[in-house]
Order: sequence, then structure tokens, then C-alpha cells
Amino acid sequence: MASLRDIKTRITSTKKTSQITKAMEMVSASKLNRAETNAKAFVPYMEKIQEVVASIALGSKDVTHPMLVSRPVKKTGYLVITSDRGLAGAYNSSILRLVHNKIKERHTSKDEYVIIAIGRMGRDYFLNRGMNVALDIAGLPDQPSFSDIKDIATKAVNFFAEGMYDELYMYYNHFVSAIQQDVTEKKVLPLTDIASSSKLTSYEFEPAPEEIMEVLLPQYAESLIYGALLDGKASEHAARMSAMRSATDNAKELIDSLTLQYNRARQAAITQEITEIVGGVAALE
Amino acid sequence: MKTFKVSIVTPDGPAYESDVEMVSAKAQSGELGILPGHIPMVAPLQVGAVRLSKGAGKPDLVAISGGFLEVRPDQVTILAQAAETAENIDIARAKEAKLRAESLLSNKQDNIDFKRAELALKRAINRIDVYEGKGQ
Repeated sequence: MASLRDIKTRITSTKKTSQITKAMEMVSASKLNRAETNAKAFVPYMEKIQEVVASIALGSKDVTHPMLVSRPVKKTGYLVITSDRGLAGAYNSSILRLVHNKIKERHTSKDEYVIIAIGRMGRDYFLNRGMNVALDIAGLPDQPSFSDIKDIATKAVNFFAEGMYDELYMYYNHFVSAIQQDVTEKKVLPLTDIASSSKLTSYEFEPAPEEIMEVLLPQYAESLIYGALLDGKASEHAARMSAMRSATDNAKELIDSLTLQYNRARQAAITQEITEIVGGVAALE
Repeated sequence: MKTFKVSIVTPDGPAYESDVEMVSAKAQSGELGILPGHIPMVAPLQVGAVRLSKGAGKPDLVAISGGFLEVRPDQVTILAQAAETAENIDIARAKEAKLRAESLLSNKQDNIDFKRAELALKRAINRIDVYEGKGQ
């Protein structure tokens, strides 16, 4: 049985750990709040751009653009959004597992796919396994602005336009609630499933629909990526928050059982001492 | 005079919202003025200042970096990748960006992206102009 001192040390260290996890939980909670506000601020932009893209793409059937057309797939792009830091429960591992399995399932050689990694965890994971990472970005702030992501989003869209890959999938954790995040796979390019809203407006185009598509579609694809990043960030903070909450709970449980053990050991020591004294006195008589 | 609603939206949230009498912006095909009752239209915009006139007095200026303008019978929406009203411009940052872009452009090295540097310079100059109330 562990000595009194050992148990005491373990109780103190567990208490310290629980203080840290508790603090991390609260930090994540406030970051989650901000991330949710950011995601909400983005909604009007996304809705508007979706509306315009839909009314142009569906309203004028004779207009085509390379980004709207599916072509034979020789190479696939995978854009994977992960976090920079760990301690977020299954947040990173569930995405990485899904992507890894999909790649193994769909491709036989390294030339058939290319990975774009957003976040340090994803980048390191794929680099360590010698997979084909074309672009990566790490160290994004907790509340990313569009300009932080613009470079990599533009490059990802350009790779498609230049024919480096023929389709682009995006993987991220979709934020459902503070306790639920779903791993999501979304096809970004080509833009085949443009949601059509009920109220389509027919527009006059200045100068011509084709030229507007030229500006509009890359911007639309980039904002899809940005939207996923905001969603992913909210999920990250939520995942970290619940991971830290359960860590704090576990620490509390551990402290309780250790305290019980400590009291028992103390009581046993006292009882033993008394027995010894009584025994000693009895021997004297 | 009749007015209509204008909103400027960016990925980081709404940047401007107001009722105005006239909007003028620099479209890719040239300067564009919108008055109430305009037919529905979509036009891509250049990097430049958007002027929003509210009757008498100085018009509001908003610096726009890339995007497009959507006109509906009762409302005009500008979807931009970045937009700042004059009071929200970080002038120190804009000046710094201008210097950086200029030095990139004057250094005639092969490995720099001229198009990008030029665009960055345009955006910086646009912000500085709007901040100083020019561009009208």
C-alpha cells in the first residue's frame, strides 16, 4: 500500500492538473463564443453570393465556365482542415482517419492525389507518412479573417483552373452544437451542386455573363473554403472545451478516490499506533 | 429625393449599411452610377472607392478590394473580399503595404509575382486615397 506521503503528492498534482484543464476549458468556451459570432457574420455574405451564383448559373443555361464542368478525374485534391494544437479530443484524429481511409480506398499511387493541409496537426500527420502535401498553412489565429486564408484559398482554386487536379474535396468538422461536431466531406470543385434558392432574379449583365463568372466563381469557391475554416474553428474550440471538461471531471473523480484512500491509510496508521500502545501497556502489566 | 438601401458585405461581416440616393462605383467596364429604380444587374468591380451620396453634404467613401455589385429593384448589395469605410482604415498599415509593394516592384527580380505586387500596390493606394477623402 502506498504511503501517506505518496498519496498526498498524487492528490496535490492531480489538483494542479485539474486547475489547468479547468482554465483551458474556460478559455475555449470564450473562444467558442467568438468563433460562433464570426461564423454568423459570414452567413449574409455566403447567402448572397450563393444566390447570385445560382441565378447566373441556372438562369442562363448557355453560359459555361471550366469550374462548372466535371471533367475526367486524373488527380484529386484533398483540402484538410485541422487544428494547430492537440488536446482537443477526437477533433483531429477523426478527420485524419477519414481522409487517410478515403485516399487508401480511392487511389493506388501517390501521383493520383495531392493534399492541401490547413493546420499543423494535419500537415505533420501527412508529411510523417510521406504523403503528397502540395500546400500547407499553419499558425492561423483563433479568429481567422478572410485575408489570413485568402492566399491558400486562391492557390487551391488556381490549381484546379490550371489542371493540377480535376476535383477538390474538403474535409472539416462541422459545428452542430457545443457537444457535437460532425466530420464532413464536401466537394468544392467543380461546382456541380449549386443550391438553388426559390427566388431567382434575372439579371442584366455588365459586361457579359462569362466575364462575371470569371470573377464570381473563384470568389465563390474561396468563400466556401473560408466558411469551412470558420466552421472548423468553432468545432475545434467546442471539441477542446468538452475534452477539457471531461478531463476536469476525471481529475475530480480521481481526487475523490485518492482522498478516500488517504483517509483510510491515515486511519489505519492511527489504529495501528493505538494497538501498539495498548499492546505495550498490556505487556508491562 | 428617392433613396434605396445599400449594403456592403464581406466574408468578415457587413461593412456598411445605409439608405442612399446614388451609388457610384468603378466596374471593370468603367465608372458606374446607380440611381433608384435601376433594373436588376450584376457587375464585377475593380479595386477602387465606392461613393454613396446621401443628398447634400459629402458622400460616404468605402474602399473596395475586388468583388461585384448586385442591383435589385429595391436594394443594392456589394459583395467584396475586403471593404473599409474611411474611419475604419488602418492608415499606417496601408502606407506600409504601399512601401513594401513599391520596393518589390522596383527590385527587378525574377522570382517575384509582379501581378500580385501590383494588385497589392493598387489596394494600398486605394485605401490611402479613401482615408484622405480623395477619390471623389
